[in-house]
Amino acid sequence: MDILRFATAGSVDDGKSTLIGRLLFDSKAIFEDQLEAVERTSRDRGTEYTDLSLLTDGLRAEREQGITIDVAYRYFATPKRKFIIADTPGHIQYTRNMVTGASTADLAIILIDARKGVLEQSRRHAFLTTLLRVPHLVLAVNKMDLVDYSEARFEEIREEFTSFASKLNASDLTFIPISALHGDNVVSRSENTPWYEGSSLLHHLENVHIASDRNLVDVRFPVQYVIRPHSATSQELHDYRGYAGQVAGGVLKPGDEVLHLPSGLATTITAIDTFDGPVEEAFAPMSVTLRLSDDIDISRGDMICRPNNQPQTAQEIDAMVCWMADGVKLQPRSKLIIKHTTRTARALVRDLHYRLDVNTLHRDESATALGLNEIGRVSLRTTQPLFVDDYARNRMTGGFILIDEATNGTVGAGMIVDAR
Amino acid sequence: MLQRDYTTSQLDVLEAEAIHIMREVAAEFERPCLLFSGGKDSIVMLRVAEKAFWPAPIPFPLMHVDTGHNFPEVIEFRDRRVAELGARLVVASVQASIDAGRVVEQTGRRASRNRLQTTTLLDAIEEHEFDAVFGGARRDEEKARAKERVFSFRDEFGQWDPKNQRPELWNLYNTKISRGEHIRVFPLSNWTELDVWHYIRREEIEIPSIYFAHSRRVFERDGMLLADAEVVQRGDDEPAYEAVVRYRTVGDMTCTGAVASPATTVEQIIEEIAATRITERGATRADDRASEAAMEDRKKEGYF
Repeated sequence: MDILRFATAGSVDDGKSTLIGRLLFDSKAIFEDQLEAVERTSRDRGTEYTDLSLLTDGLRAEREQGITIDVAYRYFATPKRKFIIADTPGHIQYTRNMVTGASTADLAIILIDARKGVLEQSRRHAFLTTLLRVPHLVLAVNKMDLVDYSEARFEEIREEFTSFASKLNASDLTFIPISALHGDNVVSRSENTPWYEGSSLLHHLENVHIASDRNLVDVRFPVQYVIRPHSATSQELHDYRGYAGQVAGGVLKPGDEVLHLPSGLATTITAIDTFDGPVEEAFAPMSVTLRLSDDIDISRGDMICRPNNQPQTAQEIDAMVCWMADGVKLQPRSKLIIKHTTRTARALVRDLHYRLDVNTLHRDESATALGLNEIGRVSLRTTQPLFVDDYARNRMTGGFILIDEATNGTVGAGMIVDAR
Repeated sequence: MLQRDYTTSQLDVLEAEAIHIMREVAAEFERPCLLFSGGKDSIVMLRVAEKAFWPAPIPFPLMHVDTGHNFPEVIEFRDRRVAELGARLVVASVQASIDAGRVVEQTGRRASRNRLQTTTLLDAIEEHEFDAVFGGARRDEEKARAKERVFSFRDEFGQWDPKNQRPELWNLYNTKISRGEHIRVFPLSNWTELDVWHYIRREEIEIPSIYFAHSRRVFERDGMLLADAEVVQRGDDEPAYEAVVRYRTVGDMTCTGAVASPATTVEQIIEEIAATRITERGATRADDRASEAAMEDRKKEGYF
């Protein structure tokens, strides 16, 4: 059994909470005491139906305001897969939450109300999903019961969205007509949509192929921690020196010739260690410890790759940046901390090329700053070289976060598009 | 072309993520510590820590906030496990906080030291200057926890501000803090109760005996079975009787309920949990029943 991480985007009005509630309920991930608490609260508030959004809106502040303020993580499992849902609020002011939820997602579900069709917010959700390179996208056309399960309406929405998505380079796109309220095509295929030949949403989630979404070609091993036991009692351990980290790309094997950055020195993997014994190969997302044949000075923040397949060693980086800070703005001359893989450096904003309107995709080249929830193309110069790939090629070596030097807050997320 | 699928099992993915988180803390913080209560989640967390730094020893101490109302079986287990690992254990005592006048003991039948632990914990973090504190909390446990970050920032008062959390993207964690602040780190955030049990089975990890069915004198309160013990105040209208029970969570004797169960093996526990329709905290924790936002409120104050 493997894990599928998916993000859901849409507002309460689209029936997102109802859909999540149904997936959790039908997979027995909602328990009686949780349901009782929701029923009790619904009654106390005079709501006539059991308000399933109360299951996901957990914080007192949210219940008081009737909104979702943050990403909530939910878990359920079927015999085929374990699922982690990053449930992100749909309102415009929460772009940063959507970006956060999408950053680790294998798949995103965007909900569309069949009566309303493709709205501005659906376009925004689709754009952000594509920007974050979520490999699989599902358009769940919800409330089909309210349009008499009309094939024509479904096709209309599909065509409108497909033409918009073609501008985005959206990868794997799947359309499913559902009614979250009545359960049509959620867990099993519905008799109300005989014209629909695809699978139910849950069947799709259980079977979508994600193993090859990872980069298994370009060997990238950011050194996270050097393990040196310094044992006084064991001679073998006394000289042990292992480079620990989580594989970010490619497949590593003992005997492989590898290259260390920044030194550029070549060496060979002598063993791939784990607590449970040595392994014959390592690939993402495994956390392992490498032993190398040569005594090279290697520390945290360095990169192990292959001699004939190296990341770009760069101090000049172009990236799409989503700004996440409330007070300060990103503007030319801003100085920030950048964390990329296991390496942390300082970064200077050299240029803001344009700000992108996430609804229309219009590029505003006259923009002079990025505020909260705004996205733009930015040039950065870093104090130290980073070992980067384009985000489109590898999410682990192409993404970074920006930290405010004064407040220590995480103020931005970047996706590398060019580097030198 | 690739010859195989390179699929990774659910437990391997969760373990790899937790190892990555622990190494990140060890690399970037000066003085981390790991909260170890002898409960199943902290036992699993400790195993992951062993794996993360092997063959070197775990590079940080363990800490237990001892309410003085713990199950003796669990304290015995704690000390034995710590000795096996050769680890350093810091015990922060709620009794000492009471004796020093830092907190005032609750009185009455429902008196519990649950909430007092927060002060003891925060005092110990300050005293030892811990800047990162590993906890075994999971997001599936409780709805306030569902929204908490893996690296959860605490200000100089130890408070959690749910409305002002740092965005957390990819596997990149912001470890920057100022002096006096700290980060609570939850490596098992994405594990569920069943994941924890499957891992215990796979790794053949020893757990305290009270997780398995045993005979115990208990009494009923609020639909829960509480242990009839010296530290628990039982009323005359709460008759005690002998029953075969086990514990699904391990906390204080005063607020942790047992469940009637014949499960004597990890296998049987997994079967039981897979079939249950009540959450572990709902079934067994009086501390969460205080109000709908009980956990949220305690977390804001600096609770685990």
